[in-house]
This record gives sequence, C-alpha cells and structure tokens, in this order.
Amino acid sequence: MKPPLLAATVVSLAAGAAVAETPVLTVLTYDSFTSEWGPGPAVEQAFEAICGCDLRFVTGGDGAALLARLKLEGAASEADVVLGLDTSLAAEAAATGLFAPHGQAAAKGLPVPYDDPLFLPYDWGWFAFVHDKTRLPAPPASFEALAASEVKVVIQDPRSSTPGLGLLLWVKAAHGDRAAALWAELADNIVTVTPGWSEAYGLFLEGEADMVLSYTTSPAYHRIAEQDAGKDWAPFAEGHYLQVEVSGVLAASDQPDLARAFVAFTQGSEFQSVIPTTNWMYPAAEMPLPEGFETSRPEVSLLMTADEAQAARGPALAEWQAALGQ
Amino acid sequence: MASGARAIGALALLLVAAPLVAVAWAAGGVSLSAADWAALRFTVLQATVSSVVSVLLAVPVAKALARRRFPGRGALITLMGAPSLLPVIVAVLGLVAVYGRAGWLNDGLAAAGLPRVQVYGLQGVVMAHVFLNLPLATRMLLQGWQAIPAERFRLAESLSFRPADVARHLERPMLAEVVPGALATVFAVCLTSFAVALVLGGGPRATTLELAIYQAVRFDFDLGHAAGLALVQTALGAAAALAAWRMAQAAGFGAGLDRAPMWRGPDGWRRGADVLALGLAAAFLLVPMVAILLRGLPGLADLPPEVWAAAGRSVTVALVSTAATMTAALTLAVAVARGGARWLDLAAALPLATSGLVLGTGLFLIAQPIVPPTRLALPVTVLVNALLALPFAFRLLLPEARALHAGYGRLAESLGLQGPARLRLLTLPRLARPLGFSAGLTAALSMGDLGVIALFAADQGATLPLMVQRLMGAYRTEAAAGAALLLVGLSFALFWAFDAGGRRAAA
Repeated sequence: MKPPLLAATVVSLAAGAAVAETPVLTVLTYDSFTSEWGPGPAVEQAFEAICGCDLRFVTGGDGAALLARLKLEGAASEADVVLGLDTSLAAEAAATGLFAPHGQAAAKGLPVPYDDPLFLPYDWGWFAFVHDKTRLPAPPASFEALAASEVKVVIQDPRSSTPGLGLLLWVKAAHGDRAAALWAELADNIVTVTPGWSEAYGLFLEGEADMVLSYTTSPAYHRIAEQDAGKDWAPFAEGHYLQVEVSGVLAASDQPDLARAFVAFTQGSEFQSVIPTTNWMYPAAEMPLPEGFETSRPEVSLLMTADEAQAARGPALAEWQAALGQ
Repeated sequence: MASGARAIGALALLLVAAPLVAVAWAAGGVSLSAADWAALRFTVLQATVSSVVSVLLAVPVAKALARRRFPGRGALITLMGAPSLLPVIVAVLGLVAVYGRAGWLNDGLAAAGLPRVQVYGLQGVVMAHVFLNLPLATRMLLQGWQAIPAERFRLAESLSFRPADVARHLERPMLAEVVPGALATVFAVCLTSFAVALVLGGGPRATTLELAIYQAVRFDFDLGHAAGLALVQTALGAAAALAAWRMAQAAGFGAGLDRAPMWRGPDGWRRGADVLALGLAAAFLLVPMVAILLRGLPGLADLPPEVWAAAGRSVTVALVSTAATMTAALTLAVAVARGGARWLDLAAALPLATSGLVLGTGLFLIAQPIVPPTRLALPVTVLVNALLALPFAFRLLLPEARALHAGYGRLAESLGLQGPARLRLLTLPRLARPLGFSAGLTAALSMGDLGVIALFAADQGATLPLMVQRLMGAYRTEAAAGAALLLVGLSFALFWAFDAGGRRAAA
C-alpha cells in the first residue's frame, strides 16, 4: 500500500473514532510476538498513535496453536486480525473460509515471490542448523554430510512445533523421494527431539548437541544482543527452507477497515524496522538491515507452495515417525 | 459434611467429564486409530516402570528417615521434596546439566577413563519421572510410618522384636495400606507426561498419549481423535485408582497417646544401609537442584521488572488455588474415611489422569459462547490448578483421615462433637501434619502449572511460568534461568511455609 493511501485510511478511521467510543482492534498472535522483548509493545504504540483505536493482542502458543484456536472459535472469534501463521499452515487456514482478502500488494523483501490474496508476509527467515564455532569449527555442508558425520543435533517435533514442521518440509523439498532414507541415516545424529524451539535451543546452549535446528538469524541475536560472535549457521548445499510469517484479516471481523489498516501497517517502516532485532527475523519490506544482522545468505532458497506443503506434510510426518521411531 | 462432599465430588467429576464431552461434541464423536496402540503401549510401559521404581526406591528412603534422628533431618526432608515442585522444562534442563551428554556425570566418567552413560531413551524417561516423583512417594510412605502410634513401637521393643519382626508386624501392614495409593498416584502423574517423555525419550519412539493428543489437536485438528485418546488416558488413571483402592488394606493400628516415639534405629549393617539409602537419594535429588541454582544465579541479579509482577500474580493464584483444593480435599477425605460413597474416592483421583490439552480445549469451548475466554485467564488458572492438585491432597489426607476416624470417630460421636467444633477441636489438629504438607504441595504445584491455560492467555496478566517460557523463546536464556530459579524459590518457600506450619502444629 502507498503511504498516502494508508494515511487517508487512518485519518478517516480516526475521524470516525472521535465520535464513537474508541474502537478495539483485536489481533490474535503467538506468544513471543507480544512479550516485553518481542515486537508487540513497539507495534502497539506506533499503531495506536495513528489509528485512534485500542490495539489488543490475544496470544495463544505458536502458529499452529493459533490455527487450532481459530478452528475452535470459527466465526465467533473475537479476533479481527491473525498475525503469525506461516506458509506451511496457509492452505489449511485458507480452507477454513474464515479469512477475507487483505487487498495489499505483495511484499517486496522476500527472496522468493510470494503473493496470496488472503495472507500477507510481515517477516521471514531461513531455517538453518546453528552451531558454536569453537566447538564445531567445520560443520557439515549438507544433510548428506550431516548424516555421514558424527555431529549431534537436536531438533523439534513437527507435531508440536512450527520449526519442526519446517524441517520436515525442508528435507522433503530438498530430497523428495529420498527423504525417508535420509531420515533413517540421520537418526543416529539426532540426540533428541523437543516439543518446541526453546527447549531445543536451551539444550544446545547447555552443550547437549553440536547443532540445533533454528534460523540463519539466530547468530545475529548473539552478535548484537550479547556481543558474542561465536555462533554461526551452517550453509547446506541443497539450499535452505524458508519460513514466511503472514497475517490475515478475518472475514467475521466487526472492524474490517481497522483490520485492513493494521495489515497494511505491517508493511510500513515503523512495523518493519523493529522486526529484525525483536523477532530476530528478516523484514518483509525492502529496507536496510541493522549492523551485524547478516554476515552471509544461503545461495538457494526452498519454499513449497501452500498447497504443496499441505499435501506433503502428512506423508512426510509418517516417514519421519517411521524412520526415527525404530 | 456428607452432602458437601457429594457436591464437591460431583463438581470434580463434572470438571473432568464436561471438557471431554465438549471436545467430543464439537467433533461429533470420538475415534481412535491403529497407530494409537504404539502410544498406548509406550505410555503404560513408562508409567508402570516409573511408578514401580519410584515407590520401590522410596521404601528404604522413607524407612531410614522414619527411624533415624540426625541434625538437619527436618531440613533434608523438606529439601528432598523440592524436585516434585519443579516446572517440567526446568527439571529437564537441571537433569541434563548433571546426567546429559555434556553433563557433570559424563564429564566425571570421562575424566576417570570410564565409558559415558546415555541418558536419552526409556532409561532417561524413567530417571526423570523418578526424580520428579520419588520425593512425593517418599513423603507418602513417611507419613505412613509416622502414622503408626508410638505405643506400637514401644510394645514391639518390650517384646524384644527384632527389626524383621517390626517389619512383619508393623511396617508391612502399613505399607500394604499406603503403597497402592502411592503407586496409583505416581502412575497417573506419569500417564500424562509429554515433554519429559519426548525430550529424554530421545524422539518419536517415546510418543505418549498426551503427545498423540497434541498431534490430534494441532497437526490434524481431529478433535474426535483427541477426545478418544483423552478418554483412554483418563480410563487408565481411573483403572489405576480403582486397583489401588481394591488392593489397599486398612492397617488397623488404632489410636495412640501421641507420645514422642523413642527412635532407636537398629545398629549394625542396617545403620550403614540407612546411611547409604539417604546419601544416594539426597545426591540423586539434590545435585540437579544445585545445577538449577547455579544456572539461575547469574540471571537473578537483573530480572526484568515484568518478572516480579508475574511472580506476584503467580503467588496469588497459588494461594487461592490452595484454599480451594484444601477445602475440597479435606471434605472428601473425611467423608470417604467415614465410609462415604465409594465414587467419591474415584472423583478425587480422576483429575490426575486428565489430558491437560483436552481439559483446556474443552473449557475453552464451553466458555467461548458465554464470555471471551481471555477475560477468564486467571480464574480458569485457579480452577484448573485446584482441580489438578486435588488428587495429591486427597491421597495424602486419606490414610490419616481413616486413622482419625477409626481412633476417634466413636468418641466424637458419643460426645456429640459435630460441625465446626469437631473441625476445630479434632480434625484440624489431628490432621495438621498431612494438611500442611498437602497444602504446601498444592501451592507449589499451582505455581508451576502452565499447559492448560495457554488458550486463555492474554498479553496482560502472564504468570511466572509463562514468563519463563517467553524469556526462553526470546533467546534470553540467562534471564529465563534466573526467572526459573525465582519460580523454584517461591514454590519452595510456599511449600516450606505450609509444611513447616503443619509439622509445628502437629508437634
């Protein structure tokens, strides 16, 4: 959306708001977005300064938990906007019929084209295995190399975590029919599987594994927030799968104009500029990155379409369980 | 009292059953699949092994604590209760710091040129469950020992009983009464395990029913399947509770004069065995606690201010939950001890085996048409915590309530001692010790519980466990460890205050 149009929408909304009581815009999002250390507080302040509304966040677990909750609530949801689904969940979310078109142009800052009438990206990142350079100076350079090595990794369960699901799709997108065999070869490299990202990252920091499934942006946190340049991610030859996080407007919203204004606002610089150092993901708009945020990029980006991901995840989970369940 | 007990029992049953029904209703039925057998098998296997090992190990530890007197004994009893109070993720990280691949134990073994031990697998699951439940089992058995009137031990001494005779005539009958309940309780706790089993089990081969429920809700959004799995899980817990109830035999020691027991534990090899049992148990339980302390101290100094607000909220929730649980548990225990309806026993045990995710989802489905669930975050937390702690408090109170009824029931009836006067003059003073302990346990468990209320959480009003999770999710490992230590410290302080209060009142 062009800035003047956004401003016009917001001004007209603000004028309406002056007469009636302050409207409430409810945004359903994942827990870490609204935490004191996430983007939530800055986003709320910036949007409330222009919208003449009260922005309320309602949180529930992570992306998959949000979708489960939406399905539970159906059209009765008090939420107007959902922020925090990702492309692995997009087809399933669209199939609920609960979303309305956002009416925005596609985001420009992504490494692959992504244009969906219902879901608008607000940030993204590459999945990657993160390691400590002092403990593992020469990390494996592909899944095959990892499987052949003695390197130990900790990963997340695709049934309870969105990065875990991302890894499932990464291996599937990169290796197709060989995915099942590859998982069997990887089995002895996997120390354990955790319910969520934070347990896995915690075990990695404790030294339980040489590498952890996370994002290429994880080392940036240690560089920028902790002045620790010791962590890095390992480039894999087959390419890196993307997680693209999206927002969408709920069709049953009682504040449809505000909801669309907020989704448009996620593309603006006030929202986008806080993303890198609060959500530790890449901004979806084209903009300069903070110093030290990026040292290198993967050469190949992998991303299934929403429909491909939807079709692949069931069989991929069965392969994963069969290979690791021995 | 009896009608009050029936009302409380009915409410507990309703709180277990209604969410399950709501989830099944939303799905239009329940279903199970062939793949659930693997989850069922693993769940029963790990819960059986975990509960048997926990209770077997608890016998020598409780025995040693019961018959030995040494400086710091009271402190050791309290400290050894601490692992049962840990939030799951904190316990896992503490165990891994000691027994993990890069843990202290393996570092020590490697330094001594010995082979490393592998923690991930069934052995890790059992170890973690024993770590979390041995303290509880020990306390249940220790209460049993302490409930044997001192006069019986005096009589045994005057009859020149050898330790083997004491075991046969006093300790085994007591164990026959207490062990089934302890086994059933630990079994039910382990039934619902999910994060511990997955992380320390090493991957999807350690899939429990609760994890399968997670998959059904989050991955497949198959609520019928989730309800079916939750039904199986609750039925297993109910079966365990019923089996315990059938196996338990009243020991029938009668009442004593409350004289201080003359503890002279047997000498010789038995002294060595007691020292060994206490030393090993203390090391196993306390070394990971030291690891948690060391991890948390650096972050404790500059905790974000939000953490303190969350801590205040959590303490309030814990205290309100405790008041509710103790009222319910005491009413039920007294009613069951007086020979009240047997279903009350089951009603008080069932919440243990409830699936947290299905409970939360069901309550959400029930609340949502009436009031926005996010407005109910704290009340639902209190309700769920009170419900989930009820089985522990009930199980701890019941044996002593039975002994109280057997010893003093007829006297109280003949004196016409009823109502508040009976509560004040007889029930509360006689049950002060288990009341204090179970109130402490309830308060501490209510500090740590988290899973069920995730659906109700708004951005305001986070509790301390949620804050720990948020800090971990935001890479703030050091602050998270500090906040976790604060959580453990507050849980422990609440536990200690109630437990010591109960013991002082009983003394």
